[in-house]
Amino acid sequence: MTGEERPDEERRAAGFRGAADPTPAHFQRLHPLTPLLRGWAWLAAAIVFGSQNAIASGDPRRFAIVIPVVAILGFGFGFASWWFTRYGFDGDDLRIDSGIFQRRSRRVRMDRLQAVDIVRPLAGRLLGLSELRMEVAGGGDSEAPLAYLSVDDAMRLRAELLARSAGISADTPEAPERPVHEVPLDRLIGSTVLSGAFVFGVVVFLAIAVVVATGSGRMVAGMSGLIPGLLGVGAALWYQLGRNFGFTLAESPDGFRIRKGLLDTRAQTVPPGRIQGVAMRQPLLWRIRGWVRIDVDVAGYSGSSSAPQTSTLLPVAPYHEAINVLRQVLPGADPASVPLEPVPRRAAWLRPIGWLRLAYGADDRIIVAREGVLYRTLTIVPHAKTQSVRLTQGPIQRRLKLATVSVDTTPGPVDAVIRHRPAPQAREILEAQARRARLARRVDVPEQWMARPLNGAGDSAGNHAGQVETTSGSAPDHAEELDPPARADPG
Amino acid sequence: MGVLLATRNLRGVDQVFAPPGEAWQPVSRALVRLRRAVLLFWVAVLIVVSVIAGAVIAWWITGIGAAIALIALVWGLLLIPRNWRAWGYAERDDDLLVKHGVLVRKLSVVPYGRMQFVDVNSGPLERRVGIATVQLHTASPATDARIPGLPPDEAARLRDRLAALGEARAAGL
Repeated sequence: MTGEERPDEERRAAGFRGAADPTPAHFQRLHPLTPLLRGWAWLAAAIVFGSQNAIASGDPRRFAIVIPVVAILGFGFGFASWWFTRYGFDGDDLRIDSGIFQRRSRRVRMDRLQAVDIVRPLAGRLLGLSELRMEVAGGGDSEAPLAYLSVDDAMRLRAELLARSAGISADTPEAPERPVHEVPLDRLIGSTVLSGAFVFGVVVFLAIAVVVATGSGRMVAGMSGLIPGLLGVGAALWYQLGRNFGFTLAESPDGFRIRKGLLDTRAQTVPPGRIQGVAMRQPLLWRIRGWVRIDVDVAGYSGSSSAPQTSTLLPVAPYHEAINVLRQVLPGADPASVPLEPVPRRAAWLRPIGWLRLAYGADDRIIVAREGVLYRTLTIVPHAKTQSVRLTQGPIQRRLKLATVSVDTTPGPVDAVIRHRPAPQAREILEAQARRARLARRVDVPEQWMARPLNGAGDSAGNHAGQVETTSGSAPDHAEELDPPARADPG
Repeated sequence: MGVLLATRNLRGVDQVFAPPGEAWQPVSRALVRLRRAVLLFWVAVLIVVSVIAGAVIAWWITGIGAAIALIALVWGLLLIPRNWRAWGYAERDDDLLVKHGVLVRKLSVVPYGRMQFVDVNSGPLERRVGIATVQLHTASPATDARIPGLPPDEAARLRDRLAALGEARAAGL
């Protein structure tokens, strides 16, 4: 009997599940309100479209029939999708099985986790739901979002993901954190007021006001064409303000934590060693108050459409505080103390004004490139995060005996380009950077940043691949940083 | 403007793009044949199109087409061998160096440990002249490590060597 049944069962499992690997029994479903939260926007769209259609055709009955049908079908589909989506830990990986007809089983390797975000849209906040996003390098937008979970589940899962990713026991509670920087509302508003977009908007608004007050009918009509643009600028500024509202940066043994948002909130966690590059930027008008912003490259964020939202480490901060944050983001390095070397005067042929600010410098941990006269930028890439190095020389540069060196990092807002160096020096930078990157990789923060080496060296630098590296000058810093009790006490 | 018009004295030894060892590994001469064939094909297409357009619309279109074809032909025939000579690569202990470009010269250093994957491509035309393209990918899309015009054996050897070295020196992001 059993001999007959088993092949049948196996065949059914293989056929129905789409794989000979059924979802383990301990896997969980998402929050039951998920179909509602995912579906309401569609329903609203259907109502708007349907009512327009009904008005146009003058037949309200059609509307009364279509909308319930759409709603029932949509929620039925949403419910089925929810029913067939289950997640859980399978070995060391997080596995998400989903799909109604075409089953999909996706595994997320914990040691390759680049960041974990909890996103709470406004509707989700009202219902007590959050979305958990795991960012993995090279992934696209929908790499692995778990939408939606209850707030408690999301927090618990995040703690477990981070613990597993760090290489410690999965039931370790969430690590304590130490606030690093909070952006007060007045500064956030000030930074928006001093932005180019705002000034432009004000100028356009004043122009319209003057024309309306003084002018002829034809001119008023002409200027009114600018109003949608003005509204667009206003919406963008408002969006920017709402996005960075209540911006808090904190540090914990799990890495950096960012919390922000007015209506939709977002809590990001970027584990140690995941920041691939840093850029400190200063728009022209921020110079009045001495403010700067800091953007970072994190491998997982680049693939997602929300990259501009997620790659901000500090939206606005005074220079000296930003430098302190930089020192913490780049352990063992001090970007402010790296001596910068300007470019030769002949670079003015290519950058008539900009050559004054072009400079580069490097120490044993980071490479720094400075550029921009009006919009100042300081780009910093840790040697250990260098992907490749390129030397480029255009025809004019060749006559001037100059060349440009690019230090390539993972995609994101940070691009380290060292422009217009004297040609022989550029080649030296190229070779030296390749060498420095090689040395730095050996002592970089391991992917499982808290895992102790198996061979019992007893020190902080260990690699999950079993390559036990020698500890360097930076090791004591990491050891201290990775010790939770040391961080339990804020300040 | 004096600086801009300085003489081109960099033809011979250019220290900036000097090879790490004795010499750059050149790529196959077949690349020149392939590119010439492609150029001739497009020139022929251009001439045919301009003759037809000239017959249908106005005679001067043929003239313009022929002039463009002639310029492209001369320019391409001169430039293709130069471009081919500009390609070069070198395998070092820890990284691969690739050099190319005539007008804008480029030199890339790609550490084996940073390699994410290697592509070997050989289209129908490339197969006919017996060459393949090897491309290294890192986590950065800006990485420019493409070597065209490798004989298939060399391409396979390079791919295997790069894959082996990449694994041996692999590092996390």
